[in-house]
Amino acid sequence: MLDLIAAGLIGFGTVFFIAGTVGLLRFPDIFCRLHALTKADGLGLALIALGVALMVGTWAEVFRIALIWFFVAVASATSGHLIAAHARQSMPQTGEADD
Amino acid sequence: MTDPLILFDLLLALAITALAMAVMAVRDMFAAIVLFIIFGLFSALAWVRLSAPDVALAEAAIGTGVTGALLLKTLHHIRHVTGTLGRQDAVSQTPASPVPMPVPMPVIWANAAFCGLITLGLAVAFLGAPQAGPGFDALVADAMPASGVDHPVTAVLLNFRAYDTLMEVVVLLAAVITVWQIERGLSDAPAPALGEVFQGFARLTLPAIVVLGTYLLWKGAEAPGGAFQGGAVLAAVGLVLLLARLYVPQPSHRPVARWAFVLGTGAFAAVALLVTGGGRVAFQYPLEHAKTLILLIEALVTISIAVTLAALFHGREPVALRVDGGRDDT
Repeated sequence: MLDLIAAGLIGFGTVFFIAGTVGLLRFPDIFCRLHALTKADGLGLALIALGVALMVGTWAEVFRIALIWFFVAVASATSGHLIAAHARQSMPQTGEADD
Repeated sequence: MTDPLILFDLLLALAITALAMAVMAVRDMFAAIVLFIIFGLFSALAWVRLSAPDVALAEAAIGTGVTGALLLKTLHHIRHVTGTLGRQDAVSQTPASPVPMPVPMPVIWANAAFCGLITLGLAVAFLGAPQAGPGFDALVADAMPASGVDHPVTAVLLNFRAYDTLMEVVVLLAAVITVWQIERGLSDAPAPALGEVFQGFARLTLPAIVVLGTYLLWKGAEAPGGAFQGGAVLAAVGLVLLLARLYVPQPSHRPVARWAFVLGTGAFAAVALLVTGGGRVAFQYPLEHAKTLILLIEALVTISIAVTLAALFHGREPVALRVDGGRDDT
């Protein structure tokens, strides 16, 4: 039963990753793409981490997974901000910096 | 043969090959570096699948993390600081002409011939190797009690073939000496300022990186981890400090940095030589002190690796800025 819930959560998280990837490929400019990526991947990773945490045995491992989720989420938010700030900064000179 | 993960392995192998080809094929250098970083992450995953977590950690930390940062810093340097790439490339993300300078055909053919020879040699070596041979697992397992540590990889790296590992540390030392020599004439290039959000990120993550790097070093005696992985993670501390401008290298720090560069190599070589005598040769640690000596060497080598990699990321040695904006290269 627990494994089934875990599998469901991981599958649901994967859907968010796929949605984020589709957003990255289909959205018109860098800000929309960042929006899709950071939101979808943040939630997707949280769901997958939750699913994996249900499957592992010990609290120590759950704690490590929580730490991984926390630092990936913080790093992802920070790099999203940095990319957006850089893109906005370099926009007047280069036009659309969405390479 | 009926491993359910075989499909995953095949996809992984295909992805690694495709990424390697994409790195070579793509014209935009920034895209090539990003692809190279992704290539490194997939390689780390492949090492995990090959049950080699030590190599996976090293590939992820050094081959992907630090190397990726070094490549990006170099690109920034040649695009915006020295302008080696020219104005055209610095402004537009992709070069205007697909091939800036045509490579002579003989050079291409010579490169292709050498690459072909290497591939041929690898194929011959692979096909000539004994199929499913025992390898060195049994030999290492037999010698483990004499090593002083509990993790086979650490035993091999720091005891059985410690001379190779010493040479790897020497390579890093040579690299940083070379960079500090040849970069003497170039302009000082601090990393671009990243703003307050990154500084907050740095304050949040730095303690965790320090703990993680030390943990990797300490854990290396009995589980995957060790000096190179721990050193690379601790080098990330230096990178984040430099990027967040929380630490600005000063000329007065040069002596400390020089000592830190040679600390690992010096201590490693000193221990190797000091244990000789009484019937022992160099690197033959006395068994009762083996674990202490190995941990001591690893700790000092870790400091050297961390400082050296961070210094390589910063590039040239810190020079004094004169009041008129020029440099004092003395």
